[in-house]
Amino acid sequence: MPQMHQYEVVIVGAGGAGLMAALYASQGASTAVLSKLYPIRSHTGAAQGGVGAALGSEEEDHPEWHTFDTVKGSDYLGDQDAIEFMCTEAVPIVYELEHMGLPFNRTPDGRIAQRPFGGHTNNQTGKPIRRAAYAADRTGHMILQTLYQQCIKQRVTFFDEFQVLDLLVEDGAARGVVAVALATGELHVFHAKAVVFATGGYGRAWEITSNAHSYTGDGIAIAMRRGVPAEDMEFFQFHPTGIYKMGILITEGVRGEGGVLINDKGERFMERYAPRVKDLASRDVISRAMYLEMSDGRGIAGRRYLHLDVRPETVNRYAEADGRTRPDGAPYRVTGEEILAKLPDIIDFCRTYLGVDPVTQPMPVQPTAHYAMGGIPTDLNGHVLLSQDGAAMAGFFAAGECACVSVHGANRLGTNSLLDILVFGKHSGLQAAAWASHNDYLRLPSEPEGTVLQQLEALRSDRGEERPAELRRRLQEAMSEGVGVFRTEAGMKQALATIVELKDRYSRVRIDDRGRVFNTDLLEAWELGCLLDCAEVTAVSALERTESRGAHARDDFPQRDDERWLKHTFAHFQPGRITLAYKPARITLFQPKVRVY
Amino acid sequence: MQVMLRIRRFNPEIDARPHDETYTVEADPNDQVLDLLNRVKWYQDGTLAYRRSCGHGICGSDAMRINGVNRLACKVLVKNLGDRITVEPMLGLRVVKDLILDMEPFFAHYRSVLPYLVNEEPAPERERPQSPQERARFDDSTKCILCAACTTSCPSFWADDEYVGPAAIVQAHRFIFDSRDRAAAERLQILSDQTGVWRCRTVFNCTEACPRDIHVTQAIAEVKKAITTGRLD
Repeated sequence: MPQMHQYEVVIVGAGGAGLMAALYASQGASTAVLSKLYPIRSHTGAAQGGVGAALGSEEEDHPEWHTFDTVKGSDYLGDQDAIEFMCTEAVPIVYELEHMGLPFNRTPDGRIAQRPFGGHTNNQTGKPIRRAAYAADRTGHMILQTLYQQCIKQRVTFFDEFQVLDLLVEDGAARGVVAVALATGELHVFHAKAVVFATGGYGRAWEITSNAHSYTGDGIAIAMRRGVPAEDMEFFQFHPTGIYKMGILITEGVRGEGGVLINDKGERFMERYAPRVKDLASRDVISRAMYLEMSDGRGIAGRRYLHLDVRPETVNRYAEADGRTRPDGAPYRVTGEEILAKLPDIIDFCRTYLGVDPVTQPMPVQPTAHYAMGGIPTDLNGHVLLSQDGAAMAGFFAAGECACVSVHGANRLGTNSLLDILVFGKHSGLQAAAWASHNDYLRLPSEPEGTVLQQLEALRSDRGEERPAELRRRLQEAMSEGVGVFRTEAGMKQALATIVELKDRYSRVRIDDRGRVFNTDLLEAWELGCLLDCAEVTAVSALERTESRGAHARDDFPQRDDERWLKHTFAHFQPGRITLAYKPARITLFQPKVRVY
Repeated sequence: MQVMLRIRRFNPEIDARPHDETYTVEADPNDQVLDLLNRVKWYQDGTLAYRRSCGHGICGSDAMRINGVNRLACKVLVKNLGDRITVEPMLGLRVVKDLILDMEPFFAHYRSVLPYLVNEEPAPERERPQSPQERARFDDSTKCILCAACTTSCPSFWADDEYVGPAAIVQAHRFIFDSRDRAAAERLQILSDQTGVWRCRTVFNCTEACPRDIHVTQAIAEVKKAITTGRLD
């Protein structure tokens, strides 16, 4: 028999979105946070460069400019009312984080320091703008720490290392979750009035990724299996600068501080692809440019990487060529010490993993699978949508990377993920508590743990012979080849065929560990099932979209097609069958234009 | 290259006491120790248990004793260790399974030092101003990822786990020296208790162990000085 718990609000995931939701929900309702990791191990901590907000600390800026840049960055697929809401909320919420204690870097006059980031511009001049509020190159780490600190202060209830395996749904209403306590292997049923998913993305479906091993799409997969559609899954961001072969993130802040991408001929090739903002174009544009350079044989030594160069002499040379100035009008020049002070972590990564010192040597980089723009569809309050028609699901909320509001559309701007988790984490927490105060507990299904028991028994069966690690490796290979930066019909069909084959083999998986205590063998195998489901929906959604928009770039359909495709994909998942429906993008402020940087 | 990887194993459901097992693993000199553990788990013995998440030294999950020294498995490369590598759980906390420790006592110490900003004055509409110099004063201690490598390398903590340990002191330091905070006196009171900073014998193991290169011993010394002088300079 599972152990039973009852909380008005149950939050799944303890990264930035989950903790923000917890801080707000727990003020109005009894709240529990369940996380498969200790909260401070969450992947929010890996975010580096900054959180976007038009504070105007360093130069004139406006939420309206931030809104436009985000709409343009999304390749006009982002819902503009949601984007406007997020960019307006950005300013007070960043100050709120500061009041909670977040140690932002400071300007000489004591304000929150801001740095330039890709796709963020002064809307009058079109030049890069300092909008990313940052704490060195560990902004995500500081956000995660600060929110967790506040949760301790507020005595939020945590169930650490509780992995959620199922969402309890009956008659279209969420009623709780089923989780396994890793330390004991026992099942726990959490009866709730409102459930908030803040479970992150699924970058581990690709070979080269900046994502944590734990980023396996659990929340999205669980929701899909319970009848919730997945929105815009074909849009997955490849960050331009992952460490070669390892995928470890090198922040866009490097380019914000003046670093440039260089090909084998020593050219700053982004001048050709984005004449105005160059290395600070948005991520999809840069990742594609890098692929084209490498395909044309201009990778370093002909190989599949390029150089990211932040050596002071390089930065200063191009800053002079660009006429870049500091806020006080003085020419922008940097020293090695300043680079080290502003980017200590990535310098440490490069020294540790590559034996390269970025102050004196360029860094070898390649695009790395980074961020899911798609996910569980929600409205502005984090309320989960059951269909493209806008019907919401009783008692179910989602926020952060696992959710799709949609504020990122077809391509997310750097710094907007940290903003997303703060704004929508907060509002989903508030709304979940409000929901709880207006609704009673609904009856739990009989034998609520039944589905989980079946899934785990299937994985534990003695009949299988397939190693989960081998299936995962094949999946990552297939996704990288067929559903990567550039896509074709043939490539995606091939990937999809492989996924279908792997799903069949997955039914015959064999694990070694028969125990209960920290059976990570069993749970990694279960997570592989989530990755397979997320990957399948991604490939199916991508195959159907016969255009190129944002992160979805097709060789066979190279143009954006607003007439047919200015709409969100809603993938409805059933075992063996995925059906697609569509919903128009909401356009309130800016009519789609050709997107040039 | 081939690496002989010796791992201290303990399964509470089977074993009365820990034992070592040795695995031969194919490795690239640039592999992380975490890559080797993954290779064992994924292709040789799925029962091996350890924590891991980010895989690049930021989440703090995979701190363990590698060739006798506390390290993050994802931040040590094979080429810096050679072809014989020994991996054990860190010392001073109860082993739950294999390389996994019961972290609760560690986090309880962390929670005991008021590890959050305390300032009940009404907040301004915008930020509380802070000069770059004030911000720099506690920069080093903001890097802590709570991996416990420092605390579990400390002989004073091994001798008595009531000692709050270096990690909790670093976390207290982060707020004591933050110009926006108002609870330094309270934290210094907590840390002047008999389970506080005076247990530190300046062995420097913590500083050596820190994967984030925090000057842990110096932070502890600064807290000691603040208690002794009653001043925060």
